[in-house]
Amino acid sequence: MEIQGKAWTFGDGISTDHIAPGRLFHLRSNLPELAKHCLEDARPEFASSVKPGDFVVGGRNFGQGSSREHAPIIIKMCGVGAVLAKSFARIFFRNCVNVGLPALIVDTDAIHDGDELRVDLAAGIVENVTTGARLKAPSLPPAMRRIIEDGGLVEHVKKHGTLKID
Amino acid sequence: MVGQTLAEKILSEHAGHEVRAGEFAIVRVDFAYVQDGTGPLTVRRLQAMGIERLFDPSRCAVFLDHASPSPRLELSNDHKLLREFCERTGAILSEIGGGISHTVAAESFVNPGDVVVGADSHTCTTGALGAFATGMGSTDVAVAFAFGKTWMRAPEAFRVVGRGRFPTGVYSKDFMLHFIGTVEADGATYKSLEFDGEALRGLSIAGRLAISNMAVEAGAKVGLFPTDEVTRAYLAAHDRAGRFRALDADPDATYERVFEFDVGTLRPMVSKPHFVDNVSAVEDIGEPVKVHQVFIGTSTNGRLEDFQIAAKILKGRRIAPGLRLIATPASREVHIEGMRDGTFQAFVEAGGVVTGPGCGACVGVHEGVLADGEVCVATQNRNFKGRMGNPRASIYLASPATAAATAVRGILTDPREFEKDLRS
Repeated sequence: MEIQGKAWTFGDGISTDHIAPGRLFHLRSNLPELAKHCLEDARPEFASSVKPGDFVVGGRNFGQGSSREHAPIIIKMCGVGAVLAKSFARIFFRNCVNVGLPALIVDTDAIHDGDELRVDLAAGIVENVTTGARLKAPSLPPAMRRIIEDGGLVEHVKKHGTLKID
Repeated sequence: MVGQTLAEKILSEHAGHEVRAGEFAIVRVDFAYVQDGTGPLTVRRLQAMGIERLFDPSRCAVFLDHASPSPRLELSNDHKLLREFCERTGAILSEIGGGISHTVAAESFVNPGDVVVGADSHTCTTGALGAFATGMGSTDVAVAFAFGKTWMRAPEAFRVVGRGRFPTGVYSKDFMLHFIGTVEADGATYKSLEFDGEALRGLSIAGRLAISNMAVEAGAKVGLFPTDEVTRAYLAAHDRAGRFRALDADPDATYERVFEFDVGTLRPMVSKPHFVDNVSAVEDIGEPVKVHQVFIGTSTNGRLEDFQIAAKILKGRRIAPGLRLIATPASREVHIEGMRDGTFQAFVEAGGVVTGPGCGACVGVHEGVLADGEVCVATQNRNFKGRMGNPRASIYLASPATAAATAVRGILTDPREFEKDLRS
């Protein structure tokens, strides 16, 4: 599947507190409302201006911190096509797989804010339409690919009746 | 055959076959839990999966610790949902006042050699007891609740060795801040940290829990201690004498990296705003840092020993004018013992506030939300922007001793100024 959209760049170390702040803890059972504040503490204008198919572009250790799965869920609810980063925090990355938010590991130094990107999710290829740069994400381990192909962890369990990654 | 790390040993046992670093396996889960911030989503995920019965309700727990007691109607409704879930499924409910999930898990539920998953990133805390304990999201824990298993990639291990003796005023927290500053916040991503050396092996369980708790702040999946007589005594004091197991890595286990530290050269450390790996020795911070709030507690440093250390400095003194001191015991056990031995009395007499057990101010929900421009010194594990409820405030992470010294002076203070008190 190919998606095209604009890059929203964020620096290194974007935490789940940037994405889904603790002061909005009471909105975790009201995700549409929480999504209006997505990434608010990093770029306040993000949630109200992001367009479907746009990309969140981070640096190192994107999604560090809390295990709150609400963080990738609300990024997805904003219509974000994929999150691209040099590296991801472990729990956030696993949560992305489980909730069906594409997360690609690429050298994001080649992407600037506002660049137009075209991403082939199946091939893991990011094309920077603005600069012509082409980036390739490493492929995921089979266990994660399987969950993604099933449409996330809930759908995986519904399909197999259990956890089945081998 | 090459020996195994602690992580490989525990995962192999739970997979039913040998598992080596880098390999994927489905493993049995001994104990799984959620808290009030992540639990409601777990309940909804189980509903979406069509799961009504848990694999073993006595191994599944819900902790009401983050918003405890609830300060808002939305959170009261989340608590209601979780209470009803426990009633319906038989899962263990730890009510408000019970304490923080990880601390209560150590006191009451987790045993050496267990695999533990929790919907909270600091689930790695009970690695201090030799358990492969790791944080995951709500849906992963829903799967563990349903089937008693999860998938894991066996991590490569870093051996982290602490030799020598801790100087007065320097604690396991300072060691861990120093380590995280050394490897940086993503330096151990996906890895198993395996602690060793006479200084670390000589720590109390409270000291070990503080270190394992912060393994995730270096990106690690687990932070494991071998078990010993200290572990045995801790389990015996918590009605689980029979659950002790001797666990250690094989002498010829393979480590991706080895770190060695002489703890005798360490000084009291802080993490400066807004990143945990932004560390400095307290005495190297040039300009005086005026502090508005000091918070002592959390799953990192909210145990009796932590409050006792702080009380040595607070006893017979008053906190600085213009500064607030908040103490939040990590569990009911800590709360009771700290009342019984006068520790919390010292806090109150010094002008501080002692709250009920729970996560308290650390999560930014209640019990000490910071104002714009304020500075807090806290004994917790994270100082990210917005962590304590206000993105326009700043947080320094420190040991209980540094926090108490700061509370008395009103500016960020090296606790070795109170060396005589700390030696007593």
